Amino acid sequence: MRSAWDIGLAIAVGLAVGQALGADPAPSPRGIAANTAAAAAPVRGPKANDPDARRFWSFVPPSVPAIPAVHDTAWPRGDIDRFLLSRLEAKGLRPVEDADPRALARRLAFDLTGLPPDPDELDAFVAGPTAVAWEAMVDRLLASRAFGERWGRHWLDVARYGESTGKERNYAFPEAWRYRDWVIEAVAADMPYDDFIRRQVAGDLLPVANEKERDANLVATGFLALGPKGLNERRREQFVMDVVDEQIDVTTRAVLGVSVACARCHDHKFDPISQRDYYAMAGIFRSTQTLYGTTDDRGNRQPSGFLGLGLGADREDLLPARAPALRPLANAAVRRAARRPNANGQGGMDPERALPPLPATNAPRAMGVREGIPHDSPFLVRGEVSQKSGRVPRGLVPVLDGSKPMELPAGSSGRLQLAEWLVRPENPLSARVAANRVWMHLMGRGIVATPDDFGFNGDRPTHPELLDYLALRLRQNGWSIKGLVREIVLSRSYALSSAMDPRAHELDPDNTLHGRFEPRRLDAEALRDAMLAVSGMLEVNPPKGSPISAMGDGPVRRPPAGEAMDGILRRRSVYLPVVRGFVPESLDLFDFAEPSLLVAERDTTNVPSQALYLLNNPQVIAWSRAFGRRLLADAGLDPRERVARAYRLALGRAPTSREMARALEFVRDERLDSTEASARSVKGVQRPGDRLRAGEAAWTAFTQALLASAEFRFLR
Amino acid sequence: MAEAARIMNAPYECRDVQPRLLSRRHLLQSVAAGFGWMALGGLAASASAQSAGNTPVSAGQGGASGAPLGRRVPHFQPTARRVIFLCMQGGPSQLDLFDPKPRLQRDHGQPGGARGSGNKLVGSPFAFRQHGDSGLWMSELMPRLARHADRLCVVRSMHTDIPNHPQAFIQLHTGSARFVRPSMGAWVLYGLGTENENLPGFITLSPPRQFGAQNHGSAFLPAVYQGTPVGATREGNAATALGNVRNPLLNASQQARQLGLVQHMNREFLEATDGHPEVEGVIQSFELAFRMQAEVPGLLDLSSESTDTLARYGVGASGTDNFGRQCLLARRLAEAGVRFIELNHGGWDQHQNLEASLRRNSHAIDQPIAALLDDFASRGMLDETLVVWGGEFGRTPDSRRADGRDHNAKGFTFWMAGGGVAAGRTYGSTDELGFQAVENPVHVHDLHATMLHCLGLDHERLTYRYGGRDHRLTDVHGCVVRGILGKG
Repeated sequence: MRSAWDIGLAIAVGLAVGQALGADPAPSPRGIAANTAAAAAPVRGPKANDPDARRFWSFVPPSVPAIPAVHDTAWPRGDIDRFLLSRLEAKGLRPVEDADPRALARRLAFDLTGLPPDPDELDAFVAGPTAVAWEAMVDRLLASRAFGERWGRHWLDVARYGESTGKERNYAFPEAWRYRDWVIEAVAADMPYDDFIRRQVAGDLLPVANEKERDANLVATGFLALGPKGLNERRREQFVMDVVDEQIDVTTRAVLGVSVACARCHDHKFDPISQRDYYAMAGIFRSTQTLYGTTDDRGNRQPSGFLGLGLGADREDLLPARAPALRPLANAAVRRAARRPNANGQGGMDPERALPPLPATNAPRAMGVREGIPHDSPFLVRGEVSQKSGRVPRGLVPVLDGSKPMELPAGSSGRLQLAEWLVRPENPLSARVAANRVWMHLMGRGIVATPDDFGFNGDRPTHPELLDYLALRLRQNGWSIKGLVREIVLSRSYALSSAMDPRAHELDPDNTLHGRFEPRRLDAEALRDAMLAVSGMLEVNPPKGSPISAMGDGPVRRPPAGEAMDGILRRRSVYLPVVRGFVPESLDLFDFAEPSLLVAERDTTNVPSQALYLLNNPQVIAWSRAFGRRLLADAGLDPRERVARAYRLALGRAPTSREMARALEFVRDERLDSTEASARSVKGVQRPGDRLRAGEAAWTAFTQALLASAEFRFLR
Repeated sequence: MAEAARIMNAPYECRDVQPRLLSRRHLLQSVAAGFGWMALGGLAASASAQSAGNTPVSAGQGGASGAPLGRRVPHFQPTARRVIFLCMQGGPSQLDLFDPKPRLQRDHGQPGGARGSGNKLVGSPFAFRQHGDSGLWMSELMPRLARHADRLCVVRSMHTDIPNHPQAFIQLHTGSARFVRPSMGAWVLYGLGTENENLPGFITLSPPRQFGAQNHGSAFLPAVYQGTPVGATREGNAATALGNVRNPLLNASQQARQLGLVQHMNREFLEATDGHPEVEGVIQSFELAFRMQAEVPGLLDLSSESTDTLARYGVGASGTDNFGRQCLLARRLAEAGVRFIELNHGGWDQHQNLEASLRRNSHAIDQPIAALLDDFASRGMLDETLVVWGGEFGRTPDSRRADGRDHNAKGFTFWMAGGGVAAGRTYGSTDELGFQAVENPVHVHDLHATMLHCLGLDHERLTYRYGGRDHRLTDVHGCVVRGILGKG
């Protein structure tokens, strides 16, 4: 259970942070009082040089846990169930009954693909909900491209994916979409997670079998290049250190769940990471050239070039549908940037001067990184570029260094070694962090409830042995994310109903023990995709490129609209353009991940602007109208059959008799189909001269009500 | 001066940030489970503090719009319940408006600033005189505002970190130029909730697009706290409607019928989920949305105001129309219970053409602001409304041109009125030429701390946990400036 270090620390802080240290994070009156009292007393984690630091739970490598014994040996389907059941039993609780097959199949379809279940498949499963049929459905969904789109987007949240620089001057990243597509492909193909990470951190340095793989690996390094950037910064060195900082932050938090970037100005407040560790890692990224494009114009003081692509792939695949004429500016811009003296008038800040030239033609290109001139970073007192104090040899954070410290070669940046170090078996964090995220997406909350903070200040795992079990399973299965997803969804625990057990609710109000399925809302993309899908409007094929590509690489003052969005509006939401500061309304209103920030877990808000959108947005009404037409298209159906079909498409079930009566009354109500409504020209819903036909307004209003309903938006 | 320089250049001291209280997620869940805790982690300690006015929503009861926007108890007795922030983008010249420098007038044309810069000192082309019983100094540029001199607290010793528009603008709004952080309006709404559940609690009128939504964003705070932008600078018209408030297909009674169907389904689903609080939240949000449809369009429509009122604000008059609309709209939103209202006016970047351009800008805002203060005063609202005026920085006393000034982050002026600030007071000072704040410097962090203080919020206790630590509007900085506060 708790390590001796944990306990010693708990004593040291007077058990003040009950929630943080206790195994049960459920808030209690006492817990709150204690927390409040603790506010006055600073709480610190171990210092970087503290030998006890390595004994902190998340810095101890996962160990094979004993599978716990359970009283009810008939209930568990596998080890995951045994871990959860033993804890429930210890509290005198039992899991609720299994979910009904309809709710379960709907849950699975949205969790794995972000789309509603196919109605025929759903009915077939409900007719024969056997273990074999369940497993077959799981495997079919895992194999779909839609899985890559859904789970790729989970990673894009963490990777703070955006198609512009954000910040004060918002320059477009016309090539960012390549990284998005690479992530989707990699996840759909179940690329081993360690490989997935290695390529994003050092894809340019990995051996490749062919040019196509080389291109893909270069695109993967877009991970390091697509962070927000303050192109208005005058001082080159300040800019470089800001980029480096962002790269350290995203890499360590995304993969390791600890923030090394906290140590930029001083030793980490809470975790055993020193300021020297920070600058050791900074040297790796300083020795790396980051290429993200952006026009070299008056507002941009820090333009860069691009990586060249396209030798191995066919160009059709690499160019977006409407690519603008690419300007041969990259190299000139980089040279110009290199000539600019930095703030201190030092000459050594622009190692790219000696690097091979970048492509300057209109060849396919990508954002990403390549090796710069290897050098160590100066130690910056308080993080100030003007206050240098010696240099720190490039290196990796010692507390995570396991038993065999890795040597960084003098002749390269060390980024290849960093990539390896992040995912090597000795690393105690990466597998846990990845497994915890998978668990969170499927089970509703992480075993560590702070999925991007596994440090001292983060939450402790509710089920530490289960977390280690999952982390080790992930690694043993060749880092297969799909394998882990499969094991979790095939557990009995995943398949519980959302019924409320009053006693369980009293003892475990937050459902941390997973005695039931906690109902949850569809996220922004799933909601929009589901509306498109049931209305019959969804175009499932991925688009080529992004509307951002057509806007060039200058400042973005408004989101792409009108013609630029043709061919995108009916695609899955993951393909909508993500311009920082201009996230599409359909996503923005429903808690889409802020693209300038690493988001490990999205908020779920409940605000009236969401309801206004569902009630009044022309796009929603257009989808509803298409849904209504879909019902009316079959002239052989009577209203009763149409209502039943609508329920089946939207909610995956038949209406109750009460619902049927209400729906029939609603669509027959002549007030809803008055001449006024049917004759109104609706901008965005109708084309000019395209009037709603008799009956259409009522069916549109009815189908819209289904799409706006809570049941449509919730999984249970 | 050396002392001030020491204070301003002192490396910051990282005070220890607080350990976590409760994550929002846990709180919302425990709230949902029926515990009667105050709604948010940063405020959990203040359950016994006094209420600002009406009874706050008790989190256990849910509240009409769910927990996040429910009215909340401040940390201590506030002197203001809402904020009007008159944001002057570009860097208004304090030396020509509020901070007269006799020596600058005398040394006009002499070499100024850094050696070898070639800059010359630029005396103000505008006449200053004292106004009101308080003898507040103001130039001739804002004669109508000058009539309110005894209501203003002029802070002449503001300073910020970066003399560059975008960074300084973002720092003014979020406290941080470098990181994506919540805007002050979002923090205020997070701290206090809203007073009108038919409206968004944070509205920003015509925000400048070039600096992005970050300036009214909620960053890691829940999205519900972000500002709702109304109108766009580009269009020059503040009275643009909010999105999705009108149904393009159904009339009101048809929509009411449709909503009835939706809510029928929702209530049945609520039963099916054993009364799940999030489902209940959906039901409530539909009702609020429906109410907003009725209230918002009328609120944004200024045509119900008398021609006299419109004229007082300068609506319809050349030069003052845009900001006049903003000010009038701000009064209406304030009356309707909106917590944080930001107004925006751009073009205060007078590197050249100082005299004509500054005169034009001052004209554009003088009459509207004076009318707004008049209305607040006559309606008894000034005492409970904190009005704040200023830009991302100020301007230098020297320039390479004779008719311009450059960016000055080291010393500039803000003024405040109402809501608990000292009336008719001048606070702090710059050196005798106006290069930098020397007496009682007030950093942007201090301004934020003081604004929160007026609202009854302790800037060190208003925290939110993100990325492994508790964050504040003031980060690890900021002090409440007692000298700005009135006796209340």
